[in-house]
Order: sequence, then structure tokens, then C-alpha cells
Amino acid sequence: MPDLHHPDEAHRSPDCRQMLSRLSDYVDGELDEALCRELELHMAGCENCRIVVDTLRMTVDLVHTAPAPDLPEEVRTRLYVSLRLDPYLKRK
Amino acid sequence: MFHPANSGIVEVMTLITTPDDDGQLIERLKAGDQAAYAEMVDAHAGRIYHLALRMVGDEAAAEDILQETFLNAFRAIQSFEGRAQLGTWLYRIASNMALMHLRKKQPVTFSLDAPAENTDGDDLPRQFFDFCCLPERDLLTDEARAELFAAVDDLPETLRVVFVLRDLEGLSTQETAEALDLSVPAVKTRLMRARLALRERLSAYFAHSTISAETGGALPGAVSPQPDARL
Ligand SMILES: [Zn+2]
Repeated sequence: MPDLHHPDEAHRSPDCRQMLSRLSDYVDGELDEALCRELELHMAGCENCRIVVDTLRMTVDLVHTAPAPDLPEEVRTRLYVSLRLDPYLKRK
Repeated sequence: MFHPANSGIVEVMTLITTPDDDGQLIERLKAGDQAAYAEMVDAHAGRIYHLALRMVGDEAAAEDILQETFLNAFRAIQSFEGRAQLGTWLYRIASNMALMHLRKKQPVTFSLDAPAENTDGDDLPRQFFDFCCLPERDLLTDEARAELFAAVDDLPETLRVVFVLRDLEGLSTQETAEALDLSVPAVKTRLMRARLALRERLSAYFAHSTISAETGGALPGAVSPQPDARL
């Protein structure tokens, strides 16, 4: 059982290391059920791993929900010209 | 001839076709409607440009990729079957061009097959600040997103390319593996390493910004051993 107050100790636990290799699949919902249960059981007793899973999921969510950045205006102008769409340039 | 009696039917048909935004646009594109081309460009150019920029890290090259993507899409639109979303199809064209650019630029050093698995354990999480329970107004700031994407740009190329295709472009693991000529396990390993690196960086950022902002709200209860280790 890892000592929760010393994260450096905690992530040396073989269980935590094994967790790590499955996190991405877990967050993507691609981990098979038995391994999911194993992982959830571990998280129930390991606060650090629970945090890593939750914040990993949040990180991926933040990436997925990031709005598309605007195209720089001069890049857009050159794009329209190269596509011979410049009559539509003002539409935006 | 338009008959008022038919307008109800016209409305119903509009309702049926509008949920599939792409459907009508694709028909207009295939008919050669120039305004439709402009609509497609404005709907997707921003994301394609930034995707390319993120992959190749060079503004001029990203702009070339952007122009070539649409030129190719215009040429190929008749063969677009509508099984994929229009956006997904465009991003696929763009990422193929970005990959060709990377391979041409660094024929020797750019090898996606180079082992990216590491053994020294520096992937291990060191930040345990639980930023999940931060309010949205703190999580979704422009500054937080800028930090996140700066972290993406700092990833080693072997990890960054996988991350961009999988998490920014939304390709499946299998599709990413095919696009990069990697095995599925290699894609999974690199994706995880990329995500862990970003998580680490965001944790440090939120730990620091939350503590220094003294929001007055309760801090998440997690232990943060080195709140400012990376700042
Ligand atoms: Zn653990």
C-alpha cells in the first residue's frame, strides 16, 4: 500500500506503474472490463492514481473542446487568391 | 411552379435535411457552386492551418499545406462519398500532406519508427494537484489553453505527431497507426506519453495559478508536493 503523503513513493509501487500503462485506454473507454475493475479497485485505495486518472481525462477533454483558432487574415486572403475564390473574400 | 399548398412539404424536407449540415453543402460543391467552396474553406481553414502548423512547426509550410489541402479537396470532391464527415476528410488530406512534408524535410532523422518508449521513468506523474474540481471559469481560460497548446508544441516530434492525429484530429488508434506506419501498441504508448506530459504541465500550471490567484474558493484537497516545480 503506497504512502499517499509521499507521491514519490506512491508512484514507485508496481501497481501504480501498471496502472499508468493502462490509463490512456481507460480514459478512451477502450480497456476491457476486467482490467477496468482492477484499475478502479486500485484507484479506490490510491488517491494519487485517482487524481492522475481524473486530471488526465480532464486534459484530454480540454484538448477535445478547444475552439478552432482563427485563421490569420493575411493567410486567409492568400488562400482565397490561390483557390481563385477572391470574389468571395469579403463574405465572412 | 411554387404552390403555397406545397410549402408545408418543403418545410418538412428542409427539416429532414438540415441535421446533416454537410449533405446540402456537398451537393452544392459537387455542382461546382463557388459560394459553397468559400463556405467550406471558411468552415475548416482555421483548424486545418493550426493542425498543419502544430505538426510541422513552420508557418510558411503550414500555409502551403493549407492551400494544397483545399486544391486537392476541390479536385477530389466528386469522389467524396460522404461516409466520413467533410471535416474529417479534409483533416485527413491535410495530415497526409504534413507527414509528407516532415518526411521530405528530415529524410534521415524523421523516423516515426524510432523507439519512443523510455525506460528511465521520467513519464511517472510528479504533479498531484487535482484540478478537476476547479470551476469552469478557471479551467477554460485563454491562458490555460495557451499553456496546454504550448505544451503540445514542446512535445518531441514522435509523440506530437501521434497526439495531433489522435486527439486533435480525432483519428482512431487504428487510423493513426496506418497514417504513420506504426503498430497499434506503439501509437497507444506514444499517445499515453504525450497525454501524461500535457497533464503534468497543466497540473503545474493550475496548481500555481490557483494558489497565486487566491480565488477564495476551497482549494482541491489533493497534495501538491511541488506546486511550482515547473514554473
Ligand atoms: Zn496508485
